[in-house]
Amino acid sequence: MTSEAADPVDAAAIAPAADAGFLQRWGTEIEYILIPGAALVAALLVFGIFVALFGKNPLDLYWYMYYGAFGTWFSWQNTLSRAAPLILTALCTALPAQLGMVIIGGEGALLIGALAATSAALALQGMPPLVVQIAMVIAGMTGGGLWILLSGGLRQYRGVNETISSLLLVYIALAILNHLVEGAMRDPASLNKPSTREIGAANMIGTIPGTDVHWGLVFGLILAVASYILIFHTTFGFAARVAGGNIRAAKIVGLSVGKLILTVCFLAGACAGLAGMVEVAAVQGRTNANLAVGYGFTGILVAFLARQNPLAIIPVAILLGGINASGGLLQRRLGLPDASVFVLQGIIFISVLASDALYGRIGFLKGKS
Amino acid sequence: MIGEDPTPSSAFGVEAIAMTMRFGAFTALDNVELKVKPGSFHALLGENGAGKSTLVKCIMGYYRPTEGDVLIAERERAISNPKDAHALGLGMVYQHFTLVPAMTVAENLVLARDDVPAVVNWAREKQELEAFLSRMPFRVPLDAKVSDISAGERQKCEILKQLYLKRRFLILDEPTSVLTPGEADEVLGMLRKMVEAGELTILMITHKFREVMAFADEVTILRRGKLAGRGKVSELTPDDMARMMIGAEQLTVQPARTGEAGTVKLEVEKLVALDDAGGTAVHELSLTVRAGEIVGIAGVSGNGQRQLVEVLSGQREAESGAVRVSGAPYSATREEMRRHKMSLLPEEPLKNACVGGMSVADNIALREFDRAPFARGGWWLNKSAFRADATTKINRYKIKTRTPDTPISALSGGNVQRAVLARELGHDVEVLIAANPCFGLDFAAVAQIHAEIMAARNRGAAVLLVSEDLDELLELSDRLVVMFHGQLVYETRASDADLTEIGRHMAGH
Repeated sequence: MTSEAADPVDAAAIAPAADAGFLQRWGTEIEYILIPGAALVAALLVFGIFVALFGKNPLDLYWYMYYGAFGTWFSWQNTLSRAAPLILTALCTALPAQLGMVIIGGEGALLIGALAATSAALALQGMPPLVVQIAMVIAGMTGGGLWILLSGGLRQYRGVNETISSLLLVYIALAILNHLVEGAMRDPASLNKPSTREIGAANMIGTIPGTDVHWGLVFGLILAVASYILIFHTTFGFAARVAGGNIRAAKIVGLSVGKLILTVCFLAGACAGLAGMVEVAAVQGRTNANLAVGYGFTGILVAFLARQNPLAIIPVAILLGGINASGGLLQRRLGLPDASVFVLQGIIFISVLASDALYGRIGFLKGKS
Repeated sequence: MIGEDPTPSSAFGVEAIAMTMRFGAFTALDNVELKVKPGSFHALLGENGAGKSTLVKCIMGYYRPTEGDVLIAERERAISNPKDAHALGLGMVYQHFTLVPAMTVAENLVLARDDVPAVVNWAREKQELEAFLSRMPFRVPLDAKVSDISAGERQKCEILKQLYLKRRFLILDEPTSVLTPGEADEVLGMLRKMVEAGELTILMITHKFREVMAFADEVTILRRGKLAGRGKVSELTPDDMARMMIGAEQLTVQPARTGEAGTVKLEVEKLVALDDAGGTAVHELSLTVRAGEIVGIAGVSGNGQRQLVEVLSGQREAESGAVRVSGAPYSATREEMRRHKMSLLPEEPLKNACVGGMSVADNIALREFDRAPFARGGWWLNKSAFRADATTKINRYKIKTRTPDTPISALSGGNVQRAVLARELGHDVEVLIAANPCFGLDFAAVAQIHAEIMAARNRGAAVLLVSEDLDELLELSDRLVVMFHGQLVYETRASDADLTEIGRHMAGH
């Protein structure tokens, strides 16, 4: 009989449509923008206090952050270049989230994707650039996909928690990368910073004409839109959402949950793997430890801020890309350590996670007295 | 004010006057009056959502009523939280157990006290408990772990706990829902004696007329938050009470049982299934259900019924044994469910058969979404087909929802079950597996579900009905089996079933 406690909700649901005001209809949507927005502002305020403790003026901080991220065409291009891998690694968290899985190992898939793409390029030296580039895309996506598939398989067949396994796989990926670039794949010419050989200038994917932004951004946009369509407009996405929403309901209608888990994990890893390929083919030109700069981890933050919605990931990735891009300016103008933007990222992450508790609890959005 | 007088040592009465409780725009209780006389056994009847729980929660201080007063022993009292209510001698026994399973009965009793000392002198506590028990009509093994005693004994412990805490006014919320008929009669009979001895006043929430007729002195009936009637039980018939509970609502008429059982459709052979803890829940169970036949499985909950249904629904893997449908091996894949036209009505539909966050339309389409017209070319979702199909079924199955796009979790329990019914029975059915399909639903929903199940049977479906409600089983089943400790221990034709015999087997004797 405890179910009677839920009665107010029931009553609201069956109330005549005429009562449904603007807030009642759009309250949820407004919440999705308002709450993460407020969490972001709160995080900026806390970061302002943090900066004030160093004797800097928080208002200067906000201005330079804006200026370094979106103030000029130059900073915009910098921001967009950084947003590209973030979109892709965020998808690595957002896609499995549809199934109710929390995958936080995008960084590992990115590294393996980069290694695979580099290997493909090095193996195909002398072939036409387009062939090499396509091979790099395929290799990067397959490598990253198989990496996260490991987490999915462990979860499906051995009951291992995917969050922990995907995180631990990041360290294994990093170890494999270090092992290869310091051993079998090492370019003898790279003395201080062990690296693989260059993939060759001709094989680089270059920038979008008229800008300094590389093609990775376009890859990111295409995959984000494709993911959105996959999830919300196809039977596959529908099945995934059913399994993610209630696995017992998915089983009672006979959906093959295991297949869904494995497929989605592969697709998620493929996105992050493509991010690794892009970093190699558009930025670094080779694989080395420079690739592990945390795009995979920032991607987790992007996915959570975007509430795991692939389309919302695009603006959020640009925002976070901007925060990253402004790090250099903060260092030069305010004398803040370069890593302080990571402090900000950490604060944002905690404040966004904490703000989750606010959904459905903001009185005036319920549209009731 | 609280603590001013000592806790009363004998029965006292409780009155709720002009109780109104609003949640936002929704009025859960509307000017309700309840008078429980000292030393009486009072029943509170009403459908789900009628406001019974809200009323007792207002009395117990869990809710603060919007308007209205509570009189205890004819004095107005401000009860702002359950602690105040306890101090005044009010106690509540819930439908579900609140004992700690890993601890002994004695430990549970002492632990419930407000004044548990930091170091418990167990020898002395035991002595006092023994002395207390000797004055009680129930006997419970003090040193047994709660997890080792039966449901009936646990319910007795819950009641004893209240008496041990010197509560003299007990509110029982559907206290017999987990008991066999025999256990229920025993527990209520003992309470009845204590009431007659003037030691206790009881307010019992229930929907079982039988218990009201047998044990209660007076009854108060609520309907949709309003007082629908009250009086002496001796002056009322179950029909009178049912009319007050339902009001003028028209109930779906159940079709008559027609046709004979045909060929075997569903076969379960030596099935073994484990529970979540790894213990054997279903133990080499064999069972057949024929076309045009309803086989009812009776049993006290927790005897493996859930695990059996889960295996048949694909929610749990069998350890060993076989399930066959129309002679072919069955492992609950989507393809097999389609080929054999299987329908599943699991218990707690929101938890077992629906995705709460998805819309009513999406939930109604769960079985068919990957076929035309819902999917174009087998992969592109056609949202307008979802909505069109849902609109038809919402009308046909009288699902109360604001729109087809409303999340199904916003619907009431009855309407969630109607949506599942629309999905599962909206097409041809050859095998239907239903588990407690009416649990916690109102009369109108129950009548509709029973009618649909009977209609499916008459159309030739093989129906396996698992239920904790014996009346439901006796009404619908052709054949009745009793499940105990994972095995079928008794079988009878429903038409010549003997309630005592069934109850005996349910209790494992």
